[in-house]
Amino acid sequence: MNSDKLRPLWVALISVLLGLIAGGILMAFTGNNPVEGYIYLFKGGLMSIERIGNTLATATALILTGLSVAFAFRTGLFNIGASGQMLMGGLCATALGLSLNLPKPVLLPIVLLAAIIGGGLWGLIPGLLKARFNVHEVVATIMMNWIAFWTVNYAVPSFFKGEYLETESRNIGVNASLRVEWLTKLFNGSYINLGIFLAILSIIVIAIILNRTVLGFQLKAVGFNKDSAKYAGMNVNRNIVLSMVIAGSLSGLAGATFYLGYASNIQIGVLPSQGFDGIAVALLGANSPYGALATAIFFGILHSGKGFMNAMTSIPPEIGDTIIAIIIYFAATSLLIHKFLDKIKAFIKGARKK
Amino acid sequence: MIDILTGIFPYAIAFTIPLLVTSLGGLFSERSGVVNIGLEGLMVMGSFAGAITISNLEAYLPNGSIWIGIMVAGIVSGIFSLLHAFASIHLKANQVISGTAINMIAGAITVFFARNITGSGNIRIQLGLQRVSIPILRDIPLLGDMFFSNTYLTTWVVIAILIFSKFVIYNTAFGLRLRACGEHPQAAAAAGINVFLIRYIAVFISGILAGFGGAIILVTYSGEFNGSVAGLGFLALAALIFGQWKPLGILGATFFFGFASTIANVSQAIPALATIPGIILKVFPYVVTLIALVLFSKSSQAPKAAGEPFDQGKR
Repeated sequence: MNSDKLRPLWVALISVLLGLIAGGILMAFTGNNPVEGYIYLFKGGLMSIERIGNTLATATALILTGLSVAFAFRTGLFNIGASGQMLMGGLCATALGLSLNLPKPVLLPIVLLAAIIGGGLWGLIPGLLKARFNVHEVVATIMMNWIAFWTVNYAVPSFFKGEYLETESRNIGVNASLRVEWLTKLFNGSYINLGIFLAILSIIVIAIILNRTVLGFQLKAVGFNKDSAKYAGMNVNRNIVLSMVIAGSLSGLAGATFYLGYASNIQIGVLPSQGFDGIAVALLGANSPYGALATAIFFGILHSGKGFMNAMTSIPPEIGDTIIAIIIYFAATSLLIHKFLDKIKAFIKGARKK
Repeated sequence: MIDILTGIFPYAIAFTIPLLVTSLGGLFSERSGVVNIGLEGLMVMGSFAGAITISNLEAYLPNGSIWIGIMVAGIVSGIFSLLHAFASIHLKANQVISGTAINMIAGAITVFFARNITGSGNIRIQLGLQRVSIPILRDIPLLGDMFFSNTYLTTWVVIAILIFSKFVIYNTAFGLRLRACGEHPQAAAAAGINVFLIRYIAVFISGILAGFGGAIILVTYSGEFNGSVAGLGFLALAALIFGQWKPLGILGATFFFGFASTIANVSQAIPALATIPGIILKVFPYVVTLIALVLFSKSSQAPKAAGEPFDQGKR
């Protein structure tokens, strides 16, 4: 039935609503006006062409990490390592961007490929461990996150130390940056960069792989039921590894768009929060590529608006992250929402009979 | 070389203890069948609750405030962990997603409140826990210097928790039920055990212990809440796996990780170690855990039902 197809949308919308209500309660609890807070939050994300550009730039990495988590999830794998894959992608891209002195049209494909390889490798290892030794991918990807964290912590100060700060790399040159003049001008000097086109291209490619190819069919079959996929003659292990590599590559690409597009250097001491937000993006987007796009843009608004809200009111910017975290919790406990929707459906049916 | 070792021992132990108590918390949760990757967030919550309590009380109760702070941290984290329990036990949510949500909520909401209180998002405490030497035992040659001099009282409390946990898990009716719920909840339910209740209690204990862990970091070596415990919660999770879900295994694993991390932190100051790049020592615990997972993949001691929601109708 049609209403069942729209179920994930309703669950997502109700989760978002509950998250926003919880955020409002927190604002009120700390002595602020929630209505005013939300007005500034959304204004901060959308009120000018420049801010819309920033929102899209913030959403770029989220789209890609969301796709990464969603893609692995379709094969029944939980990629909690998007953060680490993003860091490694970013590190590889920054390293080549700083080391090679080539014209932009040559250098950009090289750094993007480096990011995809770096992230893909960070997905390959948990994939192999899962396929070959049945090591749970959640634990393996958590470990890979911290290995990436310390690798960046070591590599950046040792090889690419910034001019003033030990905790970040040198700024990349114009020829390695994803920002381009015409796009920056179009959005009145915003952070928006070529990454958004890469993200949209990735959505289309992933949607085609999942819905129109044999590979996508096999990956989904493994996700639905490993044993029957095997019985049907599919190579389950190969599909697991492939799925993790593709997921890792997407997160690696997210790293390139973030560190070479949104930012212009890579910092140490943080696991990028986009990796974990990606789980929320995938979850709310019901693991579909287009759902991920919509969710990522919504989160982009929250993230890029929170600074403006903080400047105009006394509400700390962490409210944005808190709302997203609470939304994930509600999306994870969607059984409650499903029960609620079932009741409404039953009620409507009952009313019709009368 | 011996001097170096005895010199870094107190630091290694100080680093091990919060890891150990948090990992024991994870042990209770996972042994009951609930995977808890929210340990990191529960530690952050503990560190926050401890910092708030201590910074408000320390003017009146210079010594007592620290212990009150640790207790409050345990209680607050315990209550916070019930969010995870409710999601993963009652609502049959994906435990990994719920745990991730716990981590994210804790990381964001504590800094949100801290900013409202102090403006900066950090909360400093003036007084840390004093180091004490144990009389008589500290005079034992070598061992006295390594284990009984300059120790924190929290260390001994956590060791007591370890012994008590081992006793509870293996020698009491509750422990037997706990393990049954993690191995085969349907059989446990058929034997009349309330699986939901046992799992709730287990997750609650994991929250309390992780809260202690976060607070101990605060009162021993960090002295400040800053919205993160730098991945120690995940390291505790790694120790749980590396220790193969057994109390003494966890003791060994956390000490191993604590020692490796301490050596990594001080390696630049010690000529014999300065030649080893810090990264090798830092990634060591994580790589070792991955290798352990591979080696134990055939004979893993993981609770069989860990991560699976309990469904009465399933056989």
